[in-house]
Amino acid sequence: MPFHPESLVRELDEIAQRLRLDALEMIHRRKAGHPGGSLSASEIITALIFHQLRIDPKRPKWEERDRFILSKGHACSLLYAALARRGFFPREDLKSWGHLGSRLQGHPDRLKTPGVDMTTGMEGHGVAVGAGLCLAARLKGLNYHVYVLVGDGECQCGVLWEGALIASKYRLSELTVIVDYNHVQMSGPVHEILPLDPLVEKWKSFNFATIEIDGNDMRQVLDALDLAVEIRNKPTAIIAHTTKGEGVSFMENTHEWHGRPPNDEEFKQAAEELRRRIKRYEEGYVY
Amino acid sequence: MRKVMSIRKAYGQTLADYGAENPDVVVVVADVTSSTQTGFFEKRFPERFFNVGIMEQALIDVSAGLALGGMIPFANTFAVLYLRAAEQVRTCIAYANVNVKMVGAYCGLSNFKDGPTHHVECDNALMRSMPNITVIEPADAVEVSKFIPKIAEYKGPIYLRLTRAEVPVLFDENYEPEIGRGIILRDGSDVALIASGVMVSRCMDAADELKDLGIDAYVVNMSTIKPLDKKLVWRLGEETGAIVTAEDHSIIGGLGGAVAEALGEGKPAVLERIGIRDTFTETSLSYEELLDRYGMSVNDIVEAAKRAVKRRG
Repeated sequence: MPFHPESLVRELDEIAQRLRLDALEMIHRRKAGHPGGSLSASEIITALIFHQLRIDPKRPKWEERDRFILSKGHACSLLYAALARRGFFPREDLKSWGHLGSRLQGHPDRLKTPGVDMTTGMEGHGVAVGAGLCLAARLKGLNYHVYVLVGDGECQCGVLWEGALIASKYRLSELTVIVDYNHVQMSGPVHEILPLDPLVEKWKSFNFATIEIDGNDMRQVLDALDLAVEIRNKPTAIIAHTTKGEGVSFMENTHEWHGRPPNDEEFKQAAEELRRRIKRYEEGYVY
Repeated sequence: MRKVMSIRKAYGQTLADYGAENPDVVVVVADVTSSTQTGFFEKRFPERFFNVGIMEQALIDVSAGLALGGMIPFANTFAVLYLRAAEQVRTCIAYANVNVKMVGAYCGLSNFKDGPTHHVECDNALMRSMPNITVIEPADAVEVSKFIPKIAEYKGPIYLRLTRAEVPVLFDENYEPEIGRGIILRDGSDVALIASGVMVSRCMDAADELKDLGIDAYVVNMSTIKPLDKKLVWRLGEETGAIVTAEDHSIIGGLGGAVAEALGEGKPAVLERIGIRDTFTETSLSYEELLDRYGMSVNDIVEAAKRAVKRRG
């Protein structure tokens, strides 16, 4: 497994903090969006878009690119912010998110947004769609890897486990599923709404290799993604424990901020907290 | 009596033959290999054949993934089970506009012996109301065979509705169907019978009986239900002023619904619809008997044509 130098981890971690602020600005400006599950996924999405994926912003349809399906499409503010900073489209476009005629829809749209590999938003589809992409890669003789980021609430969808059965049947080692396990869904804590534990064992019993990590720890995310590529003969599920609303104190660990935008006062406070984080990187306090 | 041939067998055999020409074609089935006769394909191209078990939702999603990866998937399950996967179809096929061919087997009442759980009266209504989806229901074995390459080479999602029944052969090998075009099988002047699937041959029989009654009936094979060949509907409406639709599907939302919409918005004509009249059905020992029982007999078509002519005045 390649060693990730401290400078890389630090650089990516800084991007992850900036994307949190980008995403929250977008949600505040549009007065709509999903803060909690976007903030929880920032390290994972950053690691994928800025490091792990073999992608080229100049060739968003490049046949040999790695594929990324944001199955938890409601975290798209963060994905859009990441794709813009990575150069898939101008950052200026982020301001148009959700406006009539914008290339940035309320949930990801593969036909409108460069860098979006599959239309998502209704929960549950990513694993099976990703499995299909892996099967196609084999037939086409391509060696791209497929990454699917799912929510924990999404793991309640039957079709997600149907997809897992297919990935298992065909031993799709080209498939890596990452579960953003922030333990909170739209109407409350996951363990109250519909318990998923033991979640790692569930994926194991579906014949996935499993890796359990702190999904808000950039080094752990990078290491897990590398390890997943090296695992042969079976797909991998990375169970990434995260904090819903990570980075904004009053948004953390509550369903209240699953799908509501901050008002001006709340945004001001949230932005201050996130800017403090970013500043620590800028001033070199984080090594 | 016309020779009868199995539509699903023609489908399965043609798909296998076409698979030899087009290496991008893959077949995905939800445990319906024998029902859809896709075993012909499996035998010749096992590496391009995927049986995903009884998982219709994943059938759709995995097919979407295969299409995103550049393949041309033919997804196969029973027509009624597309209802189970309706959201998958809408999000991952229709809205994402992904090039998947969805094959709905055992449509209408054609699985007569398994009863109403296995009948389906609303699949065309579901598929037709989704943007981007083309809906095709061939009338005989020749037509389905001729359609396979055209469907595979058409860029975009298609719902191909297939009956379980053996159906009288209407076309010869020179027939070339086109997506989006209705075909006049028999010229007339007094009334136009517009049908899809198994009901086309019943309309041909009805036209014979109507002739004896002094009514000259057009018979149209409207195998593409969406996009509907509105120009043809309007032309026949103008010419005859009396239209009868016939389908093994609910009169709501399918061919009859589509023709009613076209006539209402375009050039109105008297319309009578033959089909399942907003009711669930029953188990039967024979498909023909079941169609007759639920208002789709040759006599029902004849009576509808007479009513239409009378109403037109």
